[in-house]
Amino acid sequence: MAAKKPAAKPNISKEELLDHYREMLLIRRFEEKAGQLYGMGVIGGFCHLYIGQEAVVVGLEATAKDGDQRITSYRDHGHMLASGMDPKGVMAELAGRKDGYSKGKGGSMHMFSAEKNFYGGHGIVGAQVPLGAGLGFANRYRGNDNVSFAYFGDGAANQGQVYETFNMASLWKLPVVFVIENNQYAMGTAMKRSTSTPDIYTRGQAFGIPGEAVDGMDVLAVKAAGEKAVAHARAGNGPYILEMKTYRYRGHSMSDPAKYRSREEVQKVRQEKDPIDHVRDLLVGGKHATEDELKTIDKEIKAVVNESAKFAQDSPEPDISELWTDIYAEVS
Amino acid sequence: MATNILMPALSPTMEEGTLAKWLVKEGDTVASGDILAEIETDKATMEFEAVDDGVIGKLLVAEGTEGVKVNTAIAVLLEDGEDASDTKAAPEPQAKAAEPAATPVQETAPATATPRPAMEEVPAGTKMKTMTVREALREAMSEEMRANEDVYLMGEEVAEYQGAYKISQGMLDEFGPKRVIDTPITENGFTGIAVGSAFAGLRPIVEFMTFNFAMQAIDHIVNSAAKTLYMSGGQMGCPIVFRGANGAAARVGAQHSHDYATWYAQVPGLKVVMPYSAADAKGLLKSAIRDPNPVVFLENEILYGRSFEVPDLDDFTVPLGRARIWRQGSDVSIVSFGIGMQYALEAAEILAKDGIEAEVIDLRSIRPIDYETVLESVRKTNRCVTVEEGFPVCSIGNHLSATIMMQAFDYLDAPVINCTGKDVPMPYAANLEKLALVTTQEVVDAVKSVTYR
Ligand SMILES: Cc1ncc(C[n+]2csc(CCOP(=O)(O)OP(=O)(O)O)c2C)c(N)n1
Ligand SMILES: [Mg+2]
Repeated sequence: MAAKKPAAKPNISKEELLDHYREMLLIRRFEEKAGQLYGMGVIGGFCHLYIGQEAVVVGLEATAKDGDQRITSYRDHGHMLASGMDPKGVMAELAGRKDGYSKGKGGSMHMFSAEKNFYGGHGIVGAQVPLGAGLGFANRYRGNDNVSFAYFGDGAANQGQVYETFNMASLWKLPVVFVIENNQYAMGTAMKRSTSTPDIYTRGQAFGIPGEAVDGMDVLAVKAAGEKAVAHARAGNGPYILEMKTYRYRGHSMSDPAKYRSREEVQKVRQEKDPIDHVRDLLVGGKHATEDELKTIDKEIKAVVNESAKFAQDSPEPDISELWTDIYAEVS
Repeated sequence: MATNILMPALSPTMEEGTLAKWLVKEGDTVASGDILAEIETDKATMEFEAVDDGVIGKLLVAEGTEGVKVNTAIAVLLEDGEDASDTKAAPEPQAKAAEPAATPVQETAPATATPRPAMEEVPAGTKMKTMTVREALREAMSEEMRANEDVYLMGEEVAEYQGAYKISQGMLDEFGPKRVIDTPITENGFTGIAVGSAFAGLRPIVEFMTFNFAMQAIDHIVNSAAKTLYMSGGQMGCPIVFRGANGAAARVGAQHSHDYATWYAQVPGLKVVMPYSAADAKGLLKSAIRDPNPVVFLENEILYGRSFEVPDLDDFTVPLGRARIWRQGSDVSIVSFGIGMQYALEAAEILAKDGIEAEVIDLRSIRPIDYETVLESVRKTNRCVTVEEGFPVCSIGNHLSATIMMQAFDYLDAPVINCTGKDVPMPYAANLEKLALVTTQEVVDAVKSVTYR
C-alpha cells in the first residue's frame, strides 16, 4: 500500500491535525452507527460503508475551496460528511425519512446537496466519471477557477466511459481531479483479477494526463498530493489523476460474505495502517494533544452521531404525496 | 447499561436467518469490530460484528437456531463493570426503529397451494421436487453446460464469488475457469466479446448482476446481437442468452429497480422471457440456451428464494413463446408475467371468495407473445386485466389491450384495465416504495371494475 513516491510531510499545525482527526472520526463513527441501524432494519436496501478510507476524502476536502464540486459513487456517506453536509440530514436519508437530503427518496446511494456542491451518490459503476468531467466542463465554460473532484473505485477504473472521459478531459483541458479510491477490491474481485496492469494512475499517460499514486491511509500525504493536483487543474492545465491506495474494512455492502480475503489481511491493515490511529499518534506523539483531550473529542463526535441517529428515527416517513413530486421541474 | 444485541438484517431482502455459530461466549470482552457470530441468510453465510465495546452477558439464542427473525434479541452486552444479573435490565429495542426493512411482497408463493391445471409440458404422473428459482436456474445452466461444450457463463462475480446472487454457486468447481468466467466491471466490453464469440458459434450465457447494468451494454444487445442475422441475410446468427435480475428488489432505489421488460420486448430479433415459477425458470432457461437466437432472460431477485414444484425429469424444457394457464376461470382473464404473477394469483384467491372466478395466464415469454392463449381466454371471459411491475406508458398491458381490441373487440364487455407500477422513478423510502409498486388490491379493484361489481 506504500505510495510510489511519498509526498513530503508538509508543515502541519496542531489545529489542522485536530481537524483531520475530528472529520475522520466523525465518518468512522457515523458509518458504524449506520451499520448498526441497518442491522436493526432502520436502513434498508444497499448500504456501502466507507470505514478505512476516511483519509482520502478528508485529505482532499482540505484542498478544496468554495465553489469546487464533488461527485462520487454509492459509497458516499464519507464524502457528504467531509463536504460539510449535516450528519442529521444524511442519516435521515439513510433511513428514508422526510428530513433526509433527498426527502427520503434517494437513500444511501443517492444523495445530493446543491448547497455543498455535492453532486451525488451514483449507483452505476463509472457513471460519475464523465459526470464529474461535465462539472469541470461547466467551470471552464463559465471561465471560473473552480475544480471538480470525481471519485471512483478501482473496479470502476476499468469501465470504458472512464477512458472516453480521460480523452475529452485532456483534449479540452477540463479542471477535474480524478480520484481513484483503490481499496483493492471491487465487490469480491481483487484488483489483480480484473486489471491488466497494476498502476492505475499511469492510465492517463496515453491521454497526456499526469497521475500519481498516493498513500491513501495517510491524510497528510493525501492532502499534499491533492494540493498539487488541484493547483494544476485550477491553473488551467487540465485534469490530474490521483490513485489513492486505500482499504475498506467492511464488506462491499451489508450482504457480503467476505470469503475473498482473510480476516488476518483486514486485521493487519487495521493495526498497521489505520488512518485515524495515524493522526492520533501524530497528535499524541507530537505532544499536540493529550489522551484526555482526544477522549473529549471522541465523546463529542459520539454525541453528534447519536443525535443524528435519533433525529433520523424521529423524522417521519415522507408524505405519500411525495411519490408524485420532483419527476419534472416546473416550466417557468 | 446492558443492551441487547439484535439479529441483524444482512441483506436487502433478509427477514430471518440461521444463527450458525457463536464466535464469542458469555463473559468474553468484545470491542467494536470484533466478530460475534456467523449468520446464514438464503444468500450467504456472513460474519456479524460488534458495534459497541463491552462484555457478553448472556447468549439468548443458541447456535444452530434456524428462522431467527431480524431484530430478535440474540445476546446481551454489558458495559464494563456490570454483571450478568443486570441482563434483565436490557431495554427493549426502540420499537419504532425495529421494523425490519420492508419487503413489499409476501414471502410465500400463494399459487403453489392452488389447484391448477397440470403444466402441459409435463407428462401426467411425473414426480415433482421442490426447489427455489435460484436452484432451478443453476440446474438449467449446469445441465446445458454438461450437454454442450460450447456453452459458457460469463459475468461479474459469477465464478470465485459464486455469483452476486448465488445463482452460479458451485459452477466454477464443476466447469472450471475456462467456462465460468469472471469479468471486470465492463459490461459494454464483455457483452461485445460474448456476442462476437456467439457470431463464431459459441453459446455464451452472459449474466448481468442486474439488468440495470445491462444499460451499459444495451447497444450490443440491440445493435449487435439482435440485428446481425437479418443484416447478414441469414448467414450469421447470435445464439446467446443475456440473463440476470430485473426489476425492483427491496429498497435499492431508483437506479437499481428498473424493469426493462418492455424495452427488450420491442426489439425484433430478440426473444424475451420473464419467468415466474421455478419450473418455468428452469425449462425456459434450457430452451433459451438451445435457441439459435439472442434471448433476454429477465429474472427477479425477490423470486430467487421462492420455492416451487419442479418436474423431476432428466431433460425438462419449456418452449419459448407459450403462455401457461395457472388457474381456470370464466369471469375475467388476468394476464401477467414475472413477479406480476404474484399479484395476479393473490388477487384471484381473494376474488374467488367473492364468487368471481378469474382465469390467470402467465405469459412467460413476452417476445414472442402467445396471443392466441390470451385471446381465447378473453373470448370466453369477455373481460381482461393485465398486471406487471413496469411503468405504465408503452407497457406490455398497453400492447395486449390494443391487440385484444383489434382482434376480439366484439367479445369485450368492458375496457381492458392495465395494472402497472407507478409512473415515477423508484423511491427509496419504505412507504413510498410500496405505493410505487403494483399491489394485489389494485388488481382486485380492477377486476371488480371490469366485472361491474
Ligand atoms: C455498471 C455497473 N455494473 C455493476 C454494478 C454492481 N456493482 C456495484 S459496486 C461494484 C463494485 C465496484 O467496485 P469499485 O469500483 O472498486 O468501488 P468500491 O465499491 O470498492 O468503492 C459492482 C460490481 C453497478 N452498480 N454498476
Ligand atoms: Mg474498490
